[in-house]
Amino acid sequence: MQINGIHIDDTFAEAFNMRGTRVIITAQNHTWAYHAANAMTGFATSVIGCGVEAGIEREMTADETPDGRPGVAVLMFAMGSKVLMQQLETRMGQCILTCPTAAAFAGLISEDMISLGKHLRFFGDGYQTSKLIGGKRYWRIPVMDGEFLTEETTGMVRAIGGGNFLILASSQPAALAAAETAIEAMKRVPNVIMPFPGGVVRSGSKVGSKYKTMFASTNDAFCPTLKGVVNSELSPEIESVMEIVIDGLSFEDIAHAMKVGIEAICALGTDSGVKRISAGNYGGKLGPHLFKLHEILKGSAA
Amino acid sequence: MSVCTFTLKTLLKHKVDASPLTPDHLNGKSLADIEKQTLSYGGQIVPAHALFDIRGSDTQHIIFQGDCSQLDYIGANMRSGSITVEGSTGAFAACSMRGGLLNIHGNTGDFLGAGFEGSRKGMLGGTIILKGNAGDRVGDQMRRGLILIEGNVGDYCASRMIAGTIGVLGSVGDYVGFGMRRGTLLLRQQPALTATMQDCGTHTLPFLRLLAKSFADLDTAFEDLELSRARRFVGDAANSGNGEILVLTA
Repeated sequence: MQINGIHIDDTFAEAFNMRGTRVIITAQNHTWAYHAANAMTGFATSVIGCGVEAGIEREMTADETPDGRPGVAVLMFAMGSKVLMQQLETRMGQCILTCPTAAAFAGLISEDMISLGKHLRFFGDGYQTSKLIGGKRYWRIPVMDGEFLTEETTGMVRAIGGGNFLILASSQPAALAAAETAIEAMKRVPNVIMPFPGGVVRSGSKVGSKYKTMFASTNDAFCPTLKGVVNSELSPEIESVMEIVIDGLSFEDIAHAMKVGIEAICALGTDSGVKRISAGNYGGKLGPHLFKLHEILKGSAA
Repeated sequence: MSVCTFTLKTLLKHKVDASPLTPDHLNGKSLADIEKQTLSYGGQIVPAHALFDIRGSDTQHIIFQGDCSQLDYIGANMRSGSITVEGSTGAFAACSMRGGLLNIHGNTGDFLGAGFEGSRKGMLGGTIILKGNAGDRVGDQMRRGLILIEGNVGDYCASRMIAGTIGVLGSVGDYVGFGMRRGTLLLRQQPALTATMQDCGTHTLPFLRLLAKSFADLDTAFEDLELSRARRFVGDAANSGNGEILVLTA
C-alpha cells in the first residue's frame, strides 16, 4: 500500500488491555491547570518503569468544567486496577493537592468508581469537610492558599494501551518533523493520549534481552546503526525511526488516532524524507488487540 | 396520570398528622385506598376523604391545596418523589426526610427538616425549598440534604446540625448554629452570633461555584445568588464543632 508515495507496511500494531481513568484538573487559569496536569502526568511514559502511562488529553474551557474555571483533562492508564488506584492517589497527593489553586474532578463515570480525593481528605487532619452536591460527594481540604476541592471518586474503565506506528525516514530531523506533524493532528482526537515525551518515542523495544535481568531491550531490527549486523527491517535509505504510542479508552479511539496521525504524515509527501510507515508487534502472540495498518487506513478496522 | 392533589375541604380546627401522605407511603394505592387512608385529626382518627378532596393518581407528585397550616409532619420519612404545598404548613415538615423534593410556597412551623421527637438525627437527605418563613429549630440535628429558605427563620437555626446544607435569604433569629457539629449554613445577612462561633475571615471558596451550579436546576431565588466569597464562622466551639456559617459577601 502506498499513500502519496509513502509505503505503508502490511503489518499491525499489537496492543494490550489496560484500565483507564480520566481526571479533570481546574485552576485559576490555564497556566496553573497545566502546571498541575504536567506534574501529574510527568514520569508516566511507560508502565514498564513508571507504573502508569498518562498524558493530557485536551484543554477545557471554563464553561466545560464542573467549577467553571479553566482546566485540562488528563487520561491515565495502568495494567491493572490496583496499580491505577495507587498511582492516581499518589499523583493526586503530590501533584494536584500541592499545586496552587488546582482542583480535581471525575472525568468518567463507571460502575467501578475509584478513589480520587477519598483518602486524600485525611490531609485535612479533621478540618476537612464533605459536601454532597447534585448527588456527587466532594471534599474540601483546608490548605495554605485557601481550600483544595476534589471530587471523592472518579470512574475506571477497561481501556487499551500500546497502539503504535513507526515512522521510517531518510534522516533523524525528517523522522522527528513527521512525528511532530502526526502528534499535532492526533492531539485533537478525543479519548487518547500519546504518553511519551512530546508524544514520540525513539527507543522502541522488543521482548527479552541477552541479559537475564532485562525483560525488554532495544528493538534492534529497527535500529539504523545495526543494519549490517542484525536481521534488520530497514532498507539502506532509512537512517532514523520514530515511534508513536497511543493509549485510548477504546479500540476505535486508538484506530482513529492512528489513522489521523499516519494520514497527516502521508500528506507531507516523500519530500519530507519519510519513506515508510510500519508498526511494532510481537508476532500477534502477546496482545489481544491487533491494529492492522491497511485496514485502519481503509477505514475498515473494527 | 395526573398529579395527586389533596385540597382541604374546610378550615381545620385541630392539628393533622400528615405523615402518611407521602409519595412512598401512597405508592401503588388506588384513589379509593388513598381516600380511606386514616389520619390523626385532633384526638380522632379520620379517613383522608373526610378532610380532603382528593384527585389524581400520580402519587409520586403530590400537591396540597388550601390552608395547610394545621398539617404537621408533611413529607415525614419521605424518600422519593415530590410534594408541593401551595400554602403554609404546620410544624415538623420534612421530619426525618430521606430523599425527594418538598416545595412549600407559604410559611412553615418549627422543626423544618428536623427529626422525630427523641430521634438523634434530623433530615437524612432530599431537598426542601421554602418560599416563605420558617419557625425555630430549622434543620435540628440535620444529617444530610439541602434546605433552601427564601424568607426568614426563627431561633436556633441549624441547631445541633450534623451535616448537610441550609441556605437562608432572609434574616435568622438568635442562637444560630447552637450545638452545631458540622454542615453548612449559608446566609445573606450577618446574624447575631454567640461567642462560640469563631470568625475565620472572608474567603473565596471554590465549592460555592459547584453549589451555585446545582441551584440552577431548582425553582428558587437562590439561583440568582452570586456565590463566590463568604465570611466563614466555625463552631459551635462549645462542643468542639466544625460546622460553618457562611455569610455571603460581594
